[in-house]
Amino acid sequence: MKSVSGLFLGLAVLGGVMTAAPARAEDAPTSCEVPDYLLASESVLTKVEDAVKNRHALDILVVGSRSSTINPTADSSEAAAYPARLQAALKEKLPAVTVDLSVDIEAKKTAEEVTAALPKLLEGKKPTLVIWQTGTVDAVRSVDPDDFRTAVDEGVVALQEAGADVILVNPQYSPRTETMISVPPYLDNMRVVAQQHDVPLFDRFAIMRHWAESGEFDLFSAFHGVELAKRVHNCLGVALSQFVLEAAHLTPAQQN
Amino acid sequence: MAREAAQVAAPAVAVPAAGERELRLDLFRGLALWLIFIDHLPANLLTWLTIRNYGFSDATEIFIFISGYTAAFVYGRAMRDAGFVVATARVLRRVWQIYVAHVFLFTIFLAEISYVATSFENPLYSEEMGIMDFLKQPDVTIVQALLLRFRPVNMDVLPLYIVLMLFLPVILWLIRRSADFALALSVILYAITWEFDLNLSAYPNGVWVFNPFAWQLLFVFGAWCAQGGAQRMSRILASPITLWICIAYLLFAFFVTLTWYMPQLSYLMPRRLEQWMYPISKTDLDVLRFAHFLALAAVTVRFIPKNWPPLRSPWMRPLILCGQHSLEIFCLGVFLAFAGHFLLAELSGGAGLHFVISISGILIMSSAAWLFSWYKHSADKSGSRTKGTGGNADLAGGGA
Repeated sequence: MKSVSGLFLGLAVLGGVMTAAPARAEDAPTSCEVPDYLLASESVLTKVEDAVKNRHALDILVVGSRSSTINPTADSSEAAAYPARLQAALKEKLPAVTVDLSVDIEAKKTAEEVTAALPKLLEGKKPTLVIWQTGTVDAVRSVDPDDFRTAVDEGVVALQEAGADVILVNPQYSPRTETMISVPPYLDNMRVVAQQHDVPLFDRFAIMRHWAESGEFDLFSAFHGVELAKRVHNCLGVALSQFVLEAAHLTPAQQN
Repeated sequence: MAREAAQVAAPAVAVPAAGERELRLDLFRGLALWLIFIDHLPANLLTWLTIRNYGFSDATEIFIFISGYTAAFVYGRAMRDAGFVVATARVLRRVWQIYVAHVFLFTIFLAEISYVATSFENPLYSEEMGIMDFLKQPDVTIVQALLLRFRPVNMDVLPLYIVLMLFLPVILWLIRRSADFALALSVILYAITWEFDLNLSAYPNGVWVFNPFAWQLLFVFGAWCAQGGAQRMSRILASPITLWICIAYLLFAFFVTLTWYMPQLSYLMPRRLEQWMYPISKTDLDVLRFAHFLALAAVTVRFIPKNWPPLRSPWMRPLILCGQHSLEIFCLGVFLAFAGHFLLAELSGGAGLHFVISISGILIMSSAAWLFSWYKHSADKSGSRTKGTGGNADLAGGGA
C-alpha cells in the first residue's frame, strides 16, 4: 500500500493541492434537519391514517438488509439503529397509540430473494405498515436494474395484497464507495416502482447527501467509530417518523 | 453533431486525400472528455456545468458518436486505399491498444479498492463494503476482468468501445456497399435489442452497463454520417422546422431534468407522462436520450460553423488537443478521477479542495495532451518514414 499512497501523494504535490482541511469535529451537535420537500409525499398511507385515528395499534414491520442495523452482533446497538429510533419517535408523537415494531434483517439478500421470502415473513403477521429498505445488495452485486425493478415491483404488490401500507427506503449515500458501487440506476428504479404503485419513497440517499453537503455529518472520511453510525441512524429514525406522519396525513393538529 | 457532420462530410468526401482536420470534432470530443472526468468525480460545483444536468443525454453520447465518425473516416479511407484486410488489421491494432489501456486502468482500480478495503472502517457502511468481496477471489475476478465481463464503476466506456471497434470492419464494409442499408440494419438491431432484451452478461451479475447492441446505433450513425450520410441530410438539417423541433425538444428535456434536481417542482409533471417516460435507460440508450443527442447536435452544428473563428483561438487549444488524443486523455481522466476521489477522502476536503482538484485535473489533462502532440510532431519531423498511406487514427481523425 505504501507505494500506492506514494503515487497519489506525488500527484497531490503535482496538482498543488496539499491544503489538508482539518477533519470536522466528531461530536458536533446534530439537528437532524431535513428540507421539507424530502419528507413530502404525494402518496398516502391510508391504513396508518385509519389505525391512528381509530386508536388501533400501529404495527410496523421493517424489512431490510445490513444498513438497517448498526452492528448485528452487538445487541446494545440495536436500540440505536433507525428502526428502533423510528419507534421511539412515533411513540413520542402518538402518545395515544400503541406502536409495535419488529425488524427483519435479510442480510446479503437481493430484492429478488427478499421478494421470494416475503410470504413466509408475513405468515401470521398483519402489519399496518411495512417499511422495505432495499437496493444496496443489488447495487453491490450489480444486479440487472430491470430485474431489480421487477423484483421490487412484485414485492410491493405482495405486501399491498397482504393488506399493508408500504414505504420504500432506498440505499444510503456513501461517498467513499461512489467510485466502486453504481447506485443511481437502483435509485431511479425504486422511484419508478414507488410511483407506479403509489407508494411513498423515503429518500434516504438524498437525505444523507443533504446532511453531508450541509456539514451535518462527515460521511466521507475513513475512520469513524460506532458513534457516527448511531447519530446518523438516530436522525434517520426521526426523519422517517416525520415522513410516516406526513404521508399518513397526521399533522400535529390531528394527533392528540 | 449530425449537422456538424453534414458540413464536415462535404470536404471529407470531395477532397478525400489529406484534408485538413475537422477541428469541431476534436473540440467536442475534448469537451466530452472533460465532462466525463468531471462527472466521474463526486458531485461538486463544476458538475453543474455538465450537460447531463440539462437534458437526457450526456458526454458518453458525444464521445461514442464522434468516435464512430472519426473511426469510419480514418479506416474507411484505409479500406478504400489499401483494401479490407489491411484496414481490418489496422483496426485490430487499435482495438489492442484500447484493450491494453483498459487493463491498465483496471490495475489502478484494483490498487485503489484494495487501499480502501484495508483503510475504511466505518460501521455505518459495513454493508457497502460487500463490494470488497471480489478481492477474496482474485483468480476469478481478474480473469473475468480480462474477459471484459467484470468492470468496475466508471470503466464501462472502453469495453463498449472495444466491442464497437471490433465490428468496425464489417460496419465499414456494409457502409461501402450500401450506407443506408447498413444504417437500417443498425436500427433493426437496436429495435430487436429493445424487444427481446438482448445484452451481454457481466460478472458476477447483471449485464453490460452500456449495452453494445443498443449503443452500436450511435456508433454506426456516426460512421454513416462520416461516409456521406451527413451530406445527404444537410437539407433537412438546414430547415428552420428542424431547428424549432430541436429547440422545443431540448427545452422539454431541460424542464424534465430540472424536476429531478428540484423535487419541489416535480408536482408540475403529469403522472401519465412520468409513467410512460421513466426509467430513461442509459444502458440501452433510450430513444429519448438518442433524440436528445440528435437535437443537441443539430443545434450545435447550426450555430458553430466549420470555420468558426474561436476554433483557432488559443483558448480553445486545450480542448482541441485533448480531443486529438482521446484514448490517452480518456484513460488519464479516469485515473485522475480515482486519484481526486482518493485525495478528497484522505484530506476530508470541502468544496474548495474539490474545486481545486477538478481544475487541476483539467489542467493535467490539457498539459498531457500538449505533451502528446509535441511527441507526435517531433517524431514526424525526425522520421517521415513512419507515415503510411492511411496513417493511424490519431494522425488523421484524432484518435478514433
